[in-house]
Amino acid sequence: MSFRRQGRAAVLALLLGACSYQRYQSDFGAAATQGRQFLTLFWIFLGVCLFMYALVIAFLVAGILRRRRATDANVVETGRHHQSHPLMRTTLIGWAALIGVGLTALAIASFFADRSMAEAATGEKLSVTVTGNQWWWDIRYNSDDASKTLRTANELHLPLGVPVRIQLASNDVIHSFWVPSLAGKQDLIPGRETGITIVPKKTGIFRGQCAEYCGTQHAHMALVVVVESYADFIKWWDHQLQPAPAPANPLTLAGYNYVTSGPCSACHNIGGTPASGQVAPDLTHLASRKSLAAGALPMGKGNLYGWVADPQSLKPGNKMPTIGLEPQQLHAVVAYLETLK
Amino acid sequence: MSSRFRASLLVLGAGALALAACDREEHHSRAKPIGETVPAGMSPSTIFPGSSSQPPLDPRAELYDTNANAISRGQQLYNWMNCVGCHSHGGGGMGPALMDDQWRYGSRIDQVAATIAEGRPNGMPAWRGKLTEAQIWDLAAYVSSLSGLPSKDAVSSRAESMSAGTPQTLTPHPDTTNSDAAKQ
Repeated sequence: MSFRRQGRAAVLALLLGACSYQRYQSDFGAAATQGRQFLTLFWIFLGVCLFMYALVIAFLVAGILRRRRATDANVVETGRHHQSHPLMRTTLIGWAALIGVGLTALAIASFFADRSMAEAATGEKLSVTVTGNQWWWDIRYNSDDASKTLRTANELHLPLGVPVRIQLASNDVIHSFWVPSLAGKQDLIPGRETGITIVPKKTGIFRGQCAEYCGTQHAHMALVVVVESYADFIKWWDHQLQPAPAPANPLTLAGYNYVTSGPCSACHNIGGTPASGQVAPDLTHLASRKSLAAGALPMGKGNLYGWVADPQSLKPGNKMPTIGLEPQQLHAVVAYLETLK
Repeated sequence: MSSRFRASLLVLGAGALALAACDREEHHSRAKPIGETVPAGMSPSTIFPGSSSQPPLDPRAELYDTNANAISRGQQLYNWMNCVGCHSHGGGGMGPALMDDQWRYGSRIDQVAATIAEGRPNGMPAWRGKLTEAQIWDLAAYVSSLSGLPSKDAVSSRAESMSAGTPQTLTPHPDTTNSDAAKQ
């Protein structure tokens, strides 16, 4: 493939990326107070820097085009700058002043962005603990009322306009929590508590991504963030608190029996059943989520089949082993998992 | 070109060649799923009737024994499946110690795997059906490594899964601060 064709393909890919991910995963999404502050700061920096850049280029072009005068020949070599043209002196002083003013403007802008972000962080009304694992996100909604504490995975629901404190921890290596549309990055460091505060300002579905290389499946460690109205959020929370529905027909019952007594239950938890493992994603409402395997696959019957049958071929190296289910067992397990709405 | 320069070039080239010969052991994330079984009837004893001595070693033992990847996966499973609850981190407690050289049910890796899969009297639960066969072999590799039998290069010097406690750098330790002050 020629360079030109490669270049054209790259430009096309960039353009396409700019279209489809404008809202889903974008630094320009500005869907939360924090993201908006960053974006405003970005435009101010861009404006000031572009202005200075244009000036430098203008002087450079003028310097190239203008013919050097004979008397100017040895100005630098003799070091006698006071003899130079008064216009040159004025220009140099003005230039230094302009740099000073520009840098001061940038410093003031970033100071105010920082202050307003800190201000937005006060009065947090919701506390969520997000724990990074190789390669998925464990999510706990904390509450003073123990019966309202909720554990889920890989899908973060946030209420519109409510300041949310997201506490970050890691169970293995350093990960980084990054939802570009909402806010900047924050690392999850083993043995250390970090956190980030977000005030969502737009409803919608946004994509988050681990932003610190954390192992073979780092690229497949994504997070779906759903920002919804407060009423919808409470409805979602109440629904997630419900235990898993009981199996209703012989096929789902067979799946239930296998999942709760077989190898699945050693690692996974399903609320209201004997499956109570804590080291893998909570499956109580698996089928209500939008993605499977931390954003690696969209949720659906076919992907559920593929994932349960052979997770190591879809996300090699992940901690879920390929079990080797018999076909009847596979049908039953997938039928049961699909009822976990 | 001076002769010293040429000699150092030669040494560098030889070093690069030696490094290129290094090879990390292969990492099989996807064990053979169907048909792989832990030896069920493996005898825990080392004494056998007749002229023959022990049964031959299971052919899969060499895939897991002293394999760095298997040992580190087994270490994670050891914590996840709460082996620590009875065996502690090898020192033993309610269950027997695993880091000494006493093996009630055999020290060979296939015997250890059989012990994990089948369970043993007085409290050791059977893990067959709860863990996959490959996971049981990983665990057996780690348990075998606890007694210091495999070579050091295979055993991880730190836990793959780090503990999420308060980091030591954040906790002021009275003894160290006192001794530092005393030194000065």
